[in-house]
Amino acid sequence: MMTITQQIIIIASVVIGTLLTRFLPFMIFKPDKPTPSYIKYLGYVLPPAVFGLLVVYSLKNVSLTSLDGFVPELLAIGLIIVLHYWKRSMLLSIAGGTVFYMFLVQGVF
Amino acid sequence: MSFDDHLLTLKYAFPKTLPILAGFAFLGIAYGVYMHSLGFQPIYAILMSILIFAGSMEFVAGSLLLGAFNPLSAFLLTLMINARHLFYGISMLDKFKGSGKKKVYLIYGMCDESFVINNTSRIPTNINKGWFMFYVTLLNQIYWVSGTTIGSLFGSMITFNTDGLEFVMTALFVVIFLDQWIKERNHISSVIGIAASVLCLMIFGTEHFIIPAMLIILIFLTFIKKFITKNEVISS
Repeated sequence: MMTITQQIIIIASVVIGTLLTRFLPFMIFKPDKPTPSYIKYLGYVLPPAVFGLLVVYSLKNVSLTSLDGFVPELLAIGLIIVLHYWKRSMLLSIAGGTVFYMFLVQGVF
Repeated sequence: MSFDDHLLTLKYAFPKTLPILAGFAFLGIAYGVYMHSLGFQPIYAILMSILIFAGSMEFVAGSLLLGAFNPLSAFLLTLMINARHLFYGISMLDKFKGSGKKKVYLIYGMCDESFVINNTSRIPTNINKGWFMFYVTLLNQIYWVSGTTIGSLFGSMITFNTDGLEFVMTALFVVIFLDQWIKERNHISSVIGIAASVLCLMIFGTEHFIIPAMLIILIFLTFIKKFITKNEVISS
């Protein structure tokens, strides 16, 4: 467990990082100059990769050595995919997947 | 601007933010309850919603606080997750010009949802553009902070078993990932994101895989730039 000071440093790192991503363009780019093509390119290709990284990050504690270590996650993600392709509703997919996962870890596994 | 003008602008901005109200109320409350289920006092979720105001990152920040103390990794991960703001900023360089002191808040509060509204709304000439964008941004942040506050306070009153509720973060990221996947013309970037992360997770373990995974993603995407034109990958 982190100390309060360590927690503040972590939160401050996240706050500063976020501020930087928001304010940097206004500090370095001028409206009338074209944006460098590499930056534009990253704008298109980076987000899908980052959310792939985040999916893996949020599943990093999944364990393949026992059934209850990965089957609830697998089934819940399967349900999210079905729900999302069916209704395309962010709220339904998130709520459905989470409630189903809670049911699995509390009642089944 | 007179009081009436402010009222007029606010009345014009509010309906545009209604879909966000629904989404932020739901996700904000979920975030508050999630932070409570991780064992944090309400002040954590509330402060992070005010100071960070970037949903995905706030979920991750909760989980970072439970891991090993590594501020550099937290900082770099933030840059990567929030890199999309850079591109929002570039698109808004022109639109924010001439909005005076409000500009600081417009940039500070530029989340995905405010960006979409401010970037796409056609604003009538009798409405002040700068104040319209200001109210859109402010209303959205109020929805988010209120949702978070309700969720984190309500969290301590919940008597049912919240085991497994932390999966809401996974669900959120899977849904955003699917949205991108559906929109993409090819899946190179999505696939490299998953593959590099899984590979690094196996090699470096849960505490150290993020930085190498980000490096591989950046290097790989840079390397394939000449094979991809911007029209081939569409993302928001």
